[in-house]
Amino acid sequence: MPDSPAVAHGVHEASGSSHAGEHPAYLRHHFESVEHQAGTTIFAMWLFLLTEVMFFGGLFTAYLIYRNWYYPAFVAGSHQLSIPLGGLNTLLLITSSFTMAMGVWCAETRRKSGLVLCLILTFILGLGFLGIKTIEYSEKIEKHHVPGFHYSLQSFLDPASDEAAKAAGDKPLPLDMARHTEVYFSLYFAMTGMHAVHMIIGIAILGFMIFRAQAGAYTTGHVTFVENFGLYWHFVDIVWIFLFPLLYLISRH
Amino acid sequence: MSEEAKHEEHEHHIVSPVVYVVILFALLVGTALTIWASYVDLGVWNPIIAIAIACTKATLVVLFFMHVKYSSKLTVLTVGAGVFMFLTLISMTLADYISRAWGSW
Repeated sequence: MPDSPAVAHGVHEASGSSHAGEHPAYLRHHFESVEHQAGTTIFAMWLFLLTEVMFFGGLFTAYLIYRNWYYPAFVAGSHQLSIPLGGLNTLLLITSSFTMAMGVWCAETRRKSGLVLCLILTFILGLGFLGIKTIEYSEKIEKHHVPGFHYSLQSFLDPASDEAAKAAGDKPLPLDMARHTEVYFSLYFAMTGMHAVHMIIGIAILGFMIFRAQAGAYTTGHVTFVENFGLYWHFVDIVWIFLFPLLYLISRH
Repeated sequence: MSEEAKHEEHEHHIVSPVVYVVILFALLVGTALTIWASYVDLGVWNPIIAIAIACTKATLVVLFFMHVKYSSKLTVLTVGAGVFMFLTLISMTLADYISRAWGSW
């Protein structure tokens, strides 16, 4: 690719180091070279992401199995979710992945103000996602769709009394199947909740990175931290890319 | 050959913003497409199409936003092994649930 040059990064940035000319200050002594260090850290980050794949994979598997068992309950449950809100959240998260990718590019090409701007945008888009999630959760709380002692079956036993169920043309479920909607919402809260926890952790790290980036920490050729955080952020985006169709979209008919 | 391999290993590939913009556009189109498809009654194909679009979007994110297309063979192998492991576990689990009571219903 002519427009995206490959550069050996950081090798000659040793001005702050006492070993000027030998190696940069951020090179740990147990690595042979900056490239060795960067490659090792990124490999480690990918191994961590694989454990995350297994973690979310367990939740996805549980969802698939229970959806097959209690299909009518899962259809009725998913009709309670708002596609416009879920779609808007998908839009926010994909855009935040883009701003994060641009942030990595800014760090690589040593554009400090660009990096700060990208991180702030990613931070704001992430908060926007959580804001919309809060609106969705509060609606579930109001309708007593949170699993537990106060769980209400009304939307499923008497769909005519519930706007969302009526709009989807739901038929009343028999009592035993209606009870299984609680399984749907348990998985809904477990999966979107764990995803939201990952978002909150990501946003907290982004806040820290914005200050470090302003101090010029990531624009000296040492981009591993920004790059690895980018991997984490994109992974969280991928989880949502699968959650959105599975929870919101596939049970409309 | 060894000179070339060394060369490859020692370079950090910077992905161009143009690539990021194209991928962002593709992801947005994919999102619009999957929402539109969910409103059309395609019977058994609805979930299949939704999952297929999600897999395509995830692949685009992994290859370009996460730089796997431009990464070392070690990274590619790591990601591939993870995907393979996950698919193995999920298909074995589902195969068990589907076949456990085979013939007894």
